[in-house]
Formats: sequence, structure tokens, C-alpha cells
Amino acid sequence: MTPGADTAKRPASAWVTVSGLCKHFGGLAALSDVSLTINEGEIYGLIGPNGAGKTTFFNVLTGLYTPDLGDLLLNGQSLAGLKPNEIVARGIARTFQNIRLFANMTALENVMVGRHVRTHAGVLGAVLRDRKTCAEERDIRERARGLLDYVGIGRHTHALAKHLPYGDQRRLEIARALATDPLLLALDEPAAGMNPSEAGKLQELLQSIRARGITILLIEHHVRLVMGVCDRVAVLDYGKKIAEGRPQDVRRDPTVIEAYLGGALGGAEPGDGAIA
Amino acid sequence: MTMPAIDRLLQHWQRWQQNRRAIWIVYAALVFVLATAPFLVGMSAGSAWVRILDFILLYVILALGLNIVVGYAGLLDLGYIAFYAVGAYFFGLLASPHFDIHLPFWVLLPLGAVVAAMFGMLLGAPTLKLRGDYLAIVTLGFGEIIRIFLTNLNAPVNITNGPQGLNMIDPIRFGGVSLSQTQSVFGFSTSGAYLYYYLFLALVLVVMFVAIRLQNSRIGRAWVAIREDEVAAEAMGINTRNIKLLAFAMGASFGGIGGGLYASFQGFISPESFTLSESITVLCMVVLGGMGNVAGVILGAVLLVVVPEVLRDAVRPLLGDSVDPNAVRMLLFGVALVAIMIFRPAGLLPSVRRQREFASDNEVLAQEQASLYDARR
Repeated sequence: MTPGADTAKRPASAWVTVSGLCKHFGGLAALSDVSLTINEGEIYGLIGPNGAGKTTFFNVLTGLYTPDLGDLLLNGQSLAGLKPNEIVARGIARTFQNIRLFANMTALENVMVGRHVRTHAGVLGAVLRDRKTCAEERDIRERARGLLDYVGIGRHTHALAKHLPYGDQRRLEIARALATDPLLLALDEPAAGMNPSEAGKLQELLQSIRARGITILLIEHHVRLVMGVCDRVAVLDYGKKIAEGRPQDVRRDPTVIEAYLGGALGGAEPGDGAIA
Repeated sequence: MTMPAIDRLLQHWQRWQQNRRAIWIVYAALVFVLATAPFLVGMSAGSAWVRILDFILLYVILALGLNIVVGYAGLLDLGYIAFYAVGAYFFGLLASPHFDIHLPFWVLLPLGAVVAAMFGMLLGAPTLKLRGDYLAIVTLGFGEIIRIFLTNLNAPVNITNGPQGLNMIDPIRFGGVSLSQTQSVFGFSTSGAYLYYYLFLALVLVVMFVAIRLQNSRIGRAWVAIREDEVAAEAMGINTRNIKLLAFAMGASFGGIGGGLYASFQGFISPESFTLSESITVLCMVVLGGMGNVAGVILGAVLLVVVPEVLRDAVRPLLGDSVDPNAVRMLLFGVALVAIMIFRPAGLLPSVRRQREFASDNEVLAQEQASLYDARR
């Protein structure tokens, strides 16, 4: 299978427009009035100090939370109020910050589950195993194998997900998300816990995924990765977007430096070490 | 039999499986035994045991149904017997003198499965957001509600005939032959239990086939995914609501078929047959045998029907009438259950998945202990 085969057939643009997004938990404003747009085919970074609302933003985008106010559009269609599985069907797939694989299924089965949303066999098909169901099942298996090879963990095909090394579990999550044929892939700290060489390989993987025509939204603390791979980044702090732009501009933005280092150091030399 | 002995048997079996001729011999022997079981058992142990054989098959159907809900989808259901009751009463009400309706079984069994499946969804709908303990409590309540309804729906309009239950339910008939009558075949005279055995066996095979096919399918994978991590399953595009309802419905439909068979086999049903302890028994079959594994669940059902019966015969001569044999029987049975759970926590014949799950946890534990030991030195 050629990994990009299916993405080519779909409508080209994957514009994501987020306008005036608000999400409160009790008195806490996890997101207040966040607006941003993600262009088709770009790698868009979302950074910010811990507790800035990045993961909340992800959870709203992928339907785990419903927004209090504001709207999310994918290709001009509103996503607000849709359930997570409906959002996956529209073309947004995600990974989790704290890995959430199906621990006692094999790597292959994990990815095969990702194909669920693009396949149709029901109870009758499962029991009768008619020709269509068999072909579909074969296709699921082949694509899943292809994706495991694509993210570089083909050697773990039949290992239980929980037995994979940490970095490979993150890759497996990416493979599982890719199996849903996403237009937009949302990655929540994919490099967390990786060493520099693993992070370097991850960067290559992300660029290769983008080359397949998949837009990427990336939450990441790993500065070198963000700087190396993102076309644009937005910075969240206390649920507000405080900056947006090219990575090299954003890292020199005084508000951003203040958010990361606190007011006392606001006058520190703006430059390379600031966000790191 | 000690636990290592079972493991050794399993190893032998696995080695045997690689030998093609051996497989054919084993399967041929299995077919022969299954085909002649009621006669072998009837001649050697008496016809009471043929009835027990029939009950084994009924419980296999129930256990395989509950296995879909508990073993595959991981939804702990303590009220499963309610669907058995629904199937039994559906059959009983529409094939007995109670309303003087006598529909044929080939209409009632499939319809009973459908009705039970609808009840399955009815139970499933309010429990969709519940997990673990909470789900167990709600399903337990549901099971009791059904039983209490059946007990009390005799006034003001008599629907279920209350605690007296339904009597003289039609036996299953093929053409002009009623399965419950004594037939004579080749000089053998066979009571109803013999003929029902073959009907039940046929349905067990169908149910097994469906269970295995479902397990290895897109739907089966979705069930396991929900069991493993419901949030992740939803985030991967699985419509968890529908897939969970489907698990409840499929499991319940097996229960409904079992109930219909039970009603016609016994000819009499009452709410007393559908108590919580029955639900627990079926759950034990699934857990002890090996959750999620069809062969294990069948073994669990066989053992949990046979062992109490054997104990019934075995206890009396040992203790005489000084002690209530029934109490001793249940005591021994309980001890056996506890022992199995201690020595084989994944069940007697765990599914490959669960086998690895438990084995690996032990490995991890051993490693941790080893490193702890190193640290102390």
C-alpha cells in the first residue's frame, strides 16, 4: 500500500478556524476567547506553560469537551457539539499526552481499531463473512501493517501494546490515529519522555506525515522540535492566546518570555535560551 | 487434578495440535462422543444424567451470551438471567394454554431472541455512562425488576400468572413429532431428554459459531477496545454508545434463545427460576472458565453444572444424614471456586490475550522483586 493513496482523493483544504472559544471549569477559565486558524498542509504548534489550556483546547477540538462559547470550523463546517467519534469521522484524529493505547491488544490490533471509522462490517457481515467483509478485513489488516512499518515499529506487530518501549508506544499512537485517514492530526506532546535522537526521528516522521498532505496540530514542550518543525505557533497562557506567528518571532516576543519566566525576569535578555 | 497437571495437559494438547492426523482423530472422537453422549450417559449413569446433559448445553448457551457482554466488551452484568427469563416467558406465554395461544417454536425462538435483544438495549440505554461497580449495581437491579414484575403481573390483569408460573408449555415439535414424548428408535426407547439434547447441541454449535465469528471481526475488536479504554476508543472513532448497546443486545439474544428452549424443555416456568443466584452462576462460568475465550467458557459451564451434581451423589454416602448434604455440597463447591481463582486467576482456559496479560504481569512483578532485591544488597 502507498501511505498517501487515500489522502489524495479527499477534498484538498483542511482549514481549521477557531473563533472565540471559551471553556470554564467552575470558576476557572481554562480557555477564554481563543481564536486561531490553521492552514491546510502546515504544522501548527501550540505551546505555553503547564496549565495554559493546551490540552483543554485539544479536548474541545476533538469533542471530549463541549465549548461554552465559540465555534470550531473544519472546512467551513462547524464541529461544536459533535461527539468525539463524529469528529474523527470528519477527519480530526488525535493522540494523548498520557499514552492511551489499548494496552492488552497487539500493536497491529491497535491500528486495526483505528480503521473502524472508515469501515462498515456489521454483525451480519461478521457472522456470514461474505466476500465484501473478507475483502474489507484484509484491507484493514494490510493498511494496519503498512502503517506500523511507516512509523517504524513493524518489528512489534504482534507484541502487546503495553510491552512496547515508551517511544514506540508514542509512535503506535500516531499510527493508530493515522489509520483513521485524518485531514488534521492533533498530537499532544508526542516527544514527551523521548531522548534527543528519538525526538530527531520524530521530527522526520512529522515532516513525512505532512508530506502526505495531512495538516498537523502539535502541542509540545520540546523547544527544538517546535522550532524545527512548526510553520507557525500560537502561545497560550492562562487560557488566552498571547502570541501567534513564526516560531523564531514568537520566541522573541516579550509577552511570551514573561509568560514563561514570570514578571521578575521580564527584562532578561530576549533570545535563544528564553523559552528553553 | 492439580493445577500444574492442567498446564501439562494443555502443553500436550498444543504439541498434539501440530500433528494433523492427531487433530482428525481428536475431532472424530469428539464428534462421536457428542453424537452418542445421551446414550452413553443414559446407559452408564441413568436417565437423570441425560437431563443434566441438557442443562449443561443450556448453560453453555447462556455463558456464551454473557461472555459477549462481560468477556468481550468488559461490561459487568449481574442481571443477565433477566434475558433468560424474558425468552422463557415469551415462549411460555405464546405456546401454552395460559392464553391458549400455540405458536410454533420456529417462530417463537427467533422472535424470543429479538425480544430479549430489545430488553438488552433497554437495560443498556440507561447504563451507557456507567462503569465497573456502578454498572454492576444497575444491572443487578434490572435483573431483580424483571423477576419481580413476573411475580406480580397477575393482577389486575393476569399476564404472567404470578408466582404460580406457567404450566403445560408446548414441547417443541418437528412435523408431527413432539420432542418431549418417548420415542422408540432402533429398539431404544428415548425419553424427551434424549431428543432435546440434539436440538440443544445444534443450537450450541450455532451460538458458538456466531460468538467466534464476532470475536474475530471489526465489531469484536471494537468491543475489546472499549473494554481496554473507552475514552481512547471513542477518540478513535468508535461509536461507543451503539457498540455497547450491540454487546448488550447480542448477549441478551443468546439468553432469549436459551430461555425459550428452557421453557419448552421443562414445560413449566416460574419466577423462582430466575433469581440473582442464577445470574451469579452464569457469571462464574464465564470467569472461571476463562473470560473472552469460547472454549474456556464452555468448560466453565460444563464444570459448574456437573460438579455440584457429582457432589450431590458423593456427599451423602460419606456423611450420611447427620449433615444436610446440600449444605456440604455448596461448601465444597465454594471452596473449589476459591481454589480455582487463586491458582488460575485468568480462568481455567484463558483466552490467549488474557493469558499473556496475566503472565506478563507476573513477569513484571518478578522483575520488580528482583530489582528490589538488588537494591537491598
